Amino acid sequence: MSVLAAISGNLNAIGYGLAAIGPGIGIGVLVGKALEAIARQPEAAGIVRTNMFLGIAFTEALALIGLVAGFLFV
Amino acid sequence: MIRAWLLAAESTGFEAPSVKEFFPPVALFADSVFRMTRINLIGMLMTLVLVVFFTLAFRRPQFVPRGVQNAGEVALNFVRVNIVEEVMGAKGAPFTGYLTTLFFMVLAFNVTGFVPGLQIAGTSVIAIPLMLALVSWVVFNVSGIKHHGVGHYLKNNLFPAGVPAPIYLLVTPIEFVSTFLLRPMTLTVRLLANMMSGHLLLVLFFSATSYLLFDAAGFLKVFGLAAYAMGFAFTLFEVLVAFLQAYIFTLLTAVYIDGALAESH
Repeated sequence: MSVLAAISGNLNAIGYGLAAIGPGIGIGVLVGKALEAIARQPEAAGIVRTNMFLGIAFTEALALIGLVAGFLFV
Repeated sequence: MIRAWLLAAESTGFEAPSVKEFFPPVALFADSVFRMTRINLIGMLMTLVLVVFFTLAFRRPQFVPRGVQNAGEVALNFVRVNIVEEVMGAKGAPFTGYLTTLFFMVLAFNVTGFVPGLQIAGTSVIAIPLMLALVSWVVFNVSGIKHHGVGHYLKNNLFPAGVPAPIYLLVTPIEFVSTFLLRPMTLTVRLLANMMSGHLLLVLFFSATSYLLFDAAGFLKVFGLAAYAMGFAFTLFEVLVAFLQAYIFTLLTAVYIDGALAESH
């Protein structure tokens, strides 16, 4: 059977691309909710913003692990 | 004449930037343990700039600040009020010194990413983010252990309250990895990846501008202008990212210290 078409390149890039979908959606939802909370109660903006950053740190961790996973799993 | 020189120099096709951007040729003390590249020299330069700025600002402090002292006070107040007091409140006072140093070091090293002439961030190679993340890790763990004692600190972090007993089999390994392994790793990679990708984007856009405008076929020259516009836009974006990444690194360190000192609930 002859090869009709082929893709070459690094699988790490595809891995990271797939890994970035979830955190992208997650961070979008999180920041959207934080914005709604700040709009509803502006005097709570400080504590909402702090917790928003904490949530972003946890969600973004998954995307960053996707970035280095290509190098970890040889 | 300049254009002819450029044409002669770059007629080998487009060279996309790669990771080699972050390993420039050794500038000083080659073949010894002290070898320094451009990136190390930039780090030393920015350390000197920070020391000179803060020394000039607070050399003879007046009660009513003027000039450089005013700028220095605005800078210090930003970290103390917006990061330390907002996250930790009064009990964050002992950590203000470390967090201020951290913030200004990351900011100064990030800023060189778009300063003309320097144009590579000191934090775009892994050594500086890794060192800062490890120091932050030591600070939050040691402050937690000093406040609670080793056993109580581990119990607060690894066995969170309000979880039914069998679920601890699942929660404790996750909490261990998340608190003690992932935190320094994500601090490092977040800062590093942002600075690396920003630098690669800027190099790509500006080298593409040069290539498309001078070396490409006729109708592609228009895309050179588009590449230049993108380079301009992304330089502005890099200004934002430099500041934001410094803020996030410091804010997360403050949150981790606050979490380590907090009573379990």
